[in-house]
Amino acid sequence: MRQEEQNGGCFQKIANIARLAAQHDDLQRCCTFIIMTSTLDDSEKEKARSVSVDLNNDASLLIDIPDALCERDKVKFTVHTKTTLSSFQKPDFSVPRQHEDFIWLHDALVETEDYAGLIIPPAPPKPDFESPREKMHKLGEGEATMTKEEYTKMKQELEAEYLAVFKKTVQVHEVFLQRLSSHPILSKDRNFQIFLEYDQDLSVRRKNAKETFGSFFKNMVKSADEVIISGIKEVDDFFEQEKTFLLDYSSKIKDSTARAEKMTRSHKNVADDYIHISATLNSLSVDDNTALKKHLEKFADLFEKLRKVEGRVASDEELKLTELFRYYMLDIQAAKDLLYRRARALADYENSNKALDKARLKSKDITQAEEHQQQCLQKFDKLSESGKRELTSFKGRRVVAFRKNLIEMSELEIKHAKNNMALLQGCIELLKSN
Amino acid sequence: MKMATSSERSPPPFPEDLEPEPDEVGDQDSDDGEDIFLGTDNPLEIKMDPSLSVSDITSSTKPLSEASSPPVMDLLSEPASEASSAPMVDLLMEPASEGSSAPMVDILSEPASEASSAPMVDLLMEPASEGSSAPMVDLLMEPASEASSAPMMNLLMEPASEASSAPMMNLLMEPASDDLKEPPKPDIDPLADIINDTPLSEGKTPVAAMPQEPPSDLFDDEPSELFAEPRQSNTAKQQQTSIFDEPDEDLFSEPLGEASKKPQNDFFKEALAPVAKASNVCGPLSDNYNEHPTDIFTEEAITTLPSAVSTVSVNSKTNGVHSDEEEPDIFAEATVELSLDSPRNDRKKKEAAKPSASASAPAPSVSASASKPQPKTLEELEEEVEDKFELNISITNPEKVGDGMNAYMAYKVSTQTTLPMFRSKTFTVRRRFSDFLGLYEKLSDKHTLNGYIVPPPPEKSIMGMTKVKVGKEDNSSAEFVERRRAALERYLQRVVFHPSLLQDPDVREFLERDDMPRAHNTQALSGAGFLKMINRATDSLSKMTIKMNESDVWFEEKLQEVEAEDQQLRKLHIMVDSLVGHRKELSVNTGGFAKSVAMLGSSEDNTALSRALSQLAEVEDKMEQLHQEQAASDSFCFAELLADYIRLLGSVRASFDQRMKTWQRWQDAQNMLQKKRETEAKLLWANKPDKLQQAKDDITEWEAKVTQYERDFDRVSATVRKEVLRFEKEKARDFKKQIIKYLESLLQSQQQLIKYWEAFLPEAKAIA
Repeated sequence: MRQEEQNGGCFQKIANIARLAAQHDDLQRCCTFIIMTSTLDDSEKEKARSVSVDLNNDASLLIDIPDALCERDKVKFTVHTKTTLSSFQKPDFSVPRQHEDFIWLHDALVETEDYAGLIIPPAPPKPDFESPREKMHKLGEGEATMTKEEYTKMKQELEAEYLAVFKKTVQVHEVFLQRLSSHPILSKDRNFQIFLEYDQDLSVRRKNAKETFGSFFKNMVKSADEVIISGIKEVDDFFEQEKTFLLDYSSKIKDSTARAEKMTRSHKNVADDYIHISATLNSLSVDDNTALKKHLEKFADLFEKLRKVEGRVASDEELKLTELFRYYMLDIQAAKDLLYRRARALADYENSNKALDKARLKSKDITQAEEHQQQCLQKFDKLSESGKRELTSFKGRRVVAFRKNLIEMSELEIKHAKNNMALLQGCIELLKSN
Repeated sequence: MKMATSSERSPPPFPEDLEPEPDEVGDQDSDDGEDIFLGTDNPLEIKMDPSLSVSDITSSTKPLSEASSPPVMDLLSEPASEASSAPMVDLLMEPASEGSSAPMVDILSEPASEASSAPMVDLLMEPASEGSSAPMVDLLMEPASEASSAPMMNLLMEPASEASSAPMMNLLMEPASDDLKEPPKPDIDPLADIINDTPLSEGKTPVAAMPQEPPSDLFDDEPSELFAEPRQSNTAKQQQTSIFDEPDEDLFSEPLGEASKKPQNDFFKEALAPVAKASNVCGPLSDNYNEHPTDIFTEEAITTLPSAVSTVSVNSKTNGVHSDEEEPDIFAEATVELSLDSPRNDRKKKEAAKPSASASAPAPSVSASASKPQPKTLEELEEEVEDKFELNISITNPEKVGDGMNAYMAYKVSTQTTLPMFRSKTFTVRRRFSDFLGLYEKLSDKHTLNGYIVPPPPEKSIMGMTKVKVGKEDNSSAEFVERRRAALERYLQRVVFHPSLLQDPDVREFLERDDMPRAHNTQALSGAGFLKMINRATDSLSKMTIKMNESDVWFEEKLQEVEAEDQQLRKLHIMVDSLVGHRKELSVNTGGFAKSVAMLGSSEDNTALSRALSQLAEVEDKMEQLHQEQAASDSFCFAELLADYIRLLGSVRASFDQRMKTWQRWQDAQNMLQKKRETEAKLLWANKPDKLQQAKDDITEWEAKVTQYERDFDRVSATVRKEVLRFEKEKARDFKKQIIKYLESLLQSQQQLIKYWEAFLPEAKAIA
């Protein structure tokens, strides 16, 4: 229990650090978690934005999250908006928002009929501090088996990990809002503007059990529906292709994401092993009184440095690869949802056609049926049109983001490997000279 | 006494001279001692003397070591200030009454628990009890004037200076305190008191006898000089100074004879003075010499002692040191070395100078420096020996012989040498794994008994070998064979690099003989089971013999070091194993990712991106390979090294255990001898002459055994020490080599990594 509390306190502290870090641009820059975007200066901001999301740079509405606070499993974000739009009362304001508010906004957008033809940016994933918290717990249990130094290092490593998760969380939330703000239609959404402007707590309640079940049921219906309407013949080759592509791509990228995650995790394990080795080498050198002492010290020192680099490699891989894949996995899901909505509209249209035929046969309610058929057709056409646009822009966005991330990752890999080499060479020379 | 003190006061000039130069501290000490002794001679000036002497001493001590100075100051200053040495007395008395024997006795008595009891105890107790103190008195009184005082002071000062330990002072003072007590006149210096007392208590006759018996040579030389000089010094202070210088110089300059003498003197004074000037100093000495030296000596001393006296003195010193155990590292070393040196006739010439210096010159730096060179020289000698011959051994071509469960791996053992002991310069034999085990068995049987560290062969692995036997030609069995081959090669190299083992005919036979008789019963010899068995046996054994009172700090510390190192290495080995595991996991996961990315690339509809993704897949494929290779070198270069040394540390411990066993045997023999003696005494009492002869024969027999076992123990101790030093050197070299090798492997994989990513970078940039 006490350990738990201690850890809680520790996390609280880290959260504050994160908060501080978020407030200082330079700190943020030195952390490598720039994947999505951040409060960097303009040029870098642009660069960072284009990393995973191709946002058109509209200076009329700028949103960032300069500050966040972690309280237990609740994270409070400060959403800061700077705008020239007249629809807002002030040009510059900040409001406190929680993760649930973001989810509410996302759901509201998804449920808005008018946006059916748009790819609704994926909702930010729920803040997940379980993994570092669990590790911290394990570390507390294993404290007895470790030297003090080792424990401290492991703790530092965990704190860094926690901080990274925290920053990542902030950034995925930020990027969600930024994608909305950069979208010509979504940025005008009333709910979005309320979300940004309303200076009180939105007090969006969490979904209750019934609603949770309801959304679950809705999902069931949706997937069943998807199967049913998948039989409908596609009328547009573009969408036919997109559908096959997205279905295929989504399963592949899901797999890649999982594997990339596994890879980066084992890379982290390797880096963690370096900590233990370094610590044990150190205690070995303390006991040693021979000429070996110095060598062991250097060796331990080297491992300590190597693990830092190796840790960076692991976290950079995670940021540049895993996060990229994960984001696009979600984005593709959003695109698939768009396709579903369009397919649904197509099915509706065909049904209305059938209904019209029936009505004509029966010569009953023909005008009504015609009207409905026309509505469905209009809706379908509208969806197809905006869907095409959205999907094309999505493709371009994806390619740009992949390019950006792959280049950055290669550069980082090279940089880290060079660092490692320098360390190793230095150490070898030292050892040889003695 | 006071007269003498006045003469001693003369030292003040000395201090000035001496103070600046730490090297001369010894001189100062001697001066102080002289002062004290003189003071004893001339009671009138005692008061003056103490203060002066104290000041001198303190001043002299300061240069020696700052740390040591404070306690010394206290001890000395107190007596001086009061002149009646009340505090001194207290300090001294407490220990003296009981404590004096307490620390000393405890330590000493334990080792010699039953036998003839600790040497120190003997010395202290016997003389004290009898109180005849003839030799003591003589020594103290006459030589005391100066010669004796000088050594005394040396003793006192040395420990203090070297060990920087107040306890030493206490110890030394304690005995003195006894004396002090007896003479109600707590004059400043305990020594003085002692001296006074002793003469009073009994005659000075023993002096001549004493010196002559054990250290006849020494005493002849020294006493004559010393005595003559001191007297003069009494007359004139300046002369004293000059005289003092001279004696010191003489003593020091003539390292062999005098060096040994000095310790003797010191010793005598220590033991005798504190003791109530036992009449039979000689007696105890001689008796002790046999027994008590054995205790202490055996542990440290390597060879027989040149002179009984010298050994005794050395022993006494070591005893004192040991009693303190906590601090006197430096001192202990110095003393140890002294003991080693003095006994060794061979080295005498070389080292005599050093010991003399250390013994005579209290300056810690001197002694330390003197002590250090010794092991170095030893090592250097060995190194030279090693460098002289060239012997390259390699094991290659592991080959499976036979089929099924009877299959075994045969290795080609190639030797290339310029050593004349081999028939040709290059030769090759085929050996199977069990032959290696057999070699170890033979070597270990022969050499472990003598305290040698016999390198252990790799453990038998039923799992690994079964795989090989079953004939699976997969990665893991190939890796197993390669790992074992490398381990065997390292094992054999360690054997032949051991100068003593190389001389073993079995080693030669193993390397040269074409048709080796098959080694039998090697099954139980290797494997974890066997090691466990050994460990268990040694553990229980060490528990049994835990009574062994380690009188040699070096061994105690080394053993602790070895145990701590063993633990750390085991931990490190686990860590490195986990690193290997994680790296393999990383490799597998990278491979999985590579495949997945390749699939993703094939699905990608943007051509450039698709191409880049498949390139990325290729890079990741190479990464997989790289991680796997790195995991292998983690395991080969690093984990194997650790495993080797965990095994080797087991052998090191075995050699320590061997030493303990020899000690135990010797102790048992001593106990037996004691019993025989008691029987003889009983028979004598009962007046049964018929059985007396038998008892006497028994005693002679057991005396011979004790001497033999003691010698064995000395020999084993010396060997173990030498072996451990050698082992440490080898270890340092080995580790360095392997670490560099390992780092180079890491470096290489990083270089590859850079290459791969640099090749990929343009592909990523080409995405449009």
